[in-house]
Amino acid sequence: MPANMPPPVDKNVPGYAEKLTWLESLEAPSDQRSRRLAARAWGGLWPIGLAILIVLAVWQLIHVSGWKKAIFPGPGATLSNLWHQLQTGLLWQAIATTAQRAIIGFALAVLIGAVIGALVSRIRPLRAAVGSLITGLQTLPSIAWFPFAIILFGITTQAILFVIILGAAPSVANGLIAGVDYTPPLLLKAGKMMGLRRLSLYRYLILPASLPAFVAGLKQGWAFAWRSLMAGELLVIIANQPSLGVLLSTDQDQADMASATAIIIVILILGILVHALFSMADGAIRRRWGLTGSS
Amino acid sequence: MVRQVSSVTVTDRRTAPPIEGLRDAVRLTGVSKVFGRGSSAVRALDNVSLEVPPGEFTCLIGASGCGKSTLLSLVAGLEQPTSGEVWAGGGRVAFMFQEPALFPWLTAAGNVELALRARGLGKAERRQRTEELLDTVHLTGFGGKRPHQLSGGMRQRVALARALAQDADVLLMDEPFGALDAMTRDVLHDELDRICAGRQLTILFVTHNVREAVRLGDRVVVLSSRPGRVIAEYGVPIQRPRRIDSAPVAELAAQVTDRLREEMGRDAS
Repeated sequence: MPANMPPPVDKNVPGYAEKLTWLESLEAPSDQRSRRLAARAWGGLWPIGLAILIVLAVWQLIHVSGWKKAIFPGPGATLSNLWHQLQTGLLWQAIATTAQRAIIGFALAVLIGAVIGALVSRIRPLRAAVGSLITGLQTLPSIAWFPFAIILFGITTQAILFVIILGAAPSVANGLIAGVDYTPPLLLKAGKMMGLRRLSLYRYLILPASLPAFVAGLKQGWAFAWRSLMAGELLVIIANQPSLGVLLSTDQDQADMASATAIIIVILILGILVHALFSMADGAIRRRWGLTGSS
Repeated sequence: MVRQVSSVTVTDRRTAPPIEGLRDAVRLTGVSKVFGRGSSAVRALDNVSLEVPPGEFTCLIGASGCGKSTLLSLVAGLEQPTSGEVWAGGGRVAFMFQEPALFPWLTAAGNVELALRARGLGKAERRQRTEELLDTVHLTGFGGKRPHQLSGGMRQRVALARALAQDADVLLMDEPFGALDAMTRDVLHDELDRICAGRQLTILFVTHNVREAVRLGDRVVVLSSRPGRVIAEYGVPIQRPRRIDSAPVAELAAQVTDRLREEMGRDAS
């Protein structure tokens, strides 16, 4: 076979590859994050505003129609009640207590859930033994734990925290386990070929790869923690410790519907705010990973 | 840089006498791999022997199902042979897949840097080497981009930079350009040539594209399908730089294709 040299072609001219790189880069998906922050904020806010208006309108209609008018106040009376309560120290003190319990309880749940999740995902016999138990705990309504917790800890903050942890930790653990399980095998292969072993494989590959599933677990864990906390504050009423649950319970005792509804609005708003934080974290990860599809 | 290739005609290295003093970079001796057990067992590789001297670019070619990828996994140590011996030189082995397999949570530079970190390099050195490697694959200035912000060809360049970052003696490539368009593939062939010329890198390159194999390889090894067996080897005496559309490449590719067709015909009958 003749070993003749092919004639020099223009693609061997220096700079050809650079030009192609540039051409390729035009083909690469571009970031469409140029929309102004204000525009995006408006895009997210107007549906919420509309939803609130619809709820208020329906509520006002029910009020005007006269259904249970004596005990069920309209939006005007309720919102003015809320406004007055916001001027007093008591509501803020209650919010502070509840928020503190939520933060401590959820933080402990995340810590415990993450440790259990890491161990279970790593150690095979433990997985067989504990894996289904975690899923079982997740489906168990955490309010069922209160008699147990009250007998164990008495009418204390510990009892509430205990139930928050039992409510939220299984979700957190399951999120991490799912993330570890669904680490793409190809990435694992690539990591192993790179020389990542054991701890470094965990730290640089498996943990970051399981981040989206872990955040999903956190989100779900938070929802359970918040529910457990509210149930706990209604059941475990500690003297001289005003919390949202205590205020709600007092309203029930005094048949103060306007105040009760106002507190529910506060609880709703707090829950939505925290959920929005998790959604932002989720969105940031998705954007970083390029999982947002066309948007 | 032109590499000298001794064999011009079809040779059977299995019967060739061992060359004294020459240490192969990769050596497979009578390797078989069976997946599964009993009646559902599949013999992916059957008694494959292959020697790759250091610095040689060997292309493995065959129809799908010939166990090409299995062979690479065995050399990589990701799988163990059912019987026979696999020797990969005892040095570092890097692997490039058909998909870039980049880590989506890291930037292009971060992906390359992680390979350097796995080797235990210090921070300053990592930064410097990352920049050099991205320059090498013509991605200067793209280090801060995330994989999803790059085109397919650019992602594969990052994967190549990451494989080079491992400073391996043996580079295994499993159809790394299979998913790219012809033009991008062509340029990456040139770049691979240029990169290999500067290093003592032993490459095992799997492809089902005969022209690509002849364009790139010092040697083309043809495997039969189901089970995979080495049926022919062709030295590629064509001087570099080569072009995939040049007459000598096309001529040898036609020979290899004929041999493959013959094998597939035998298979079908």
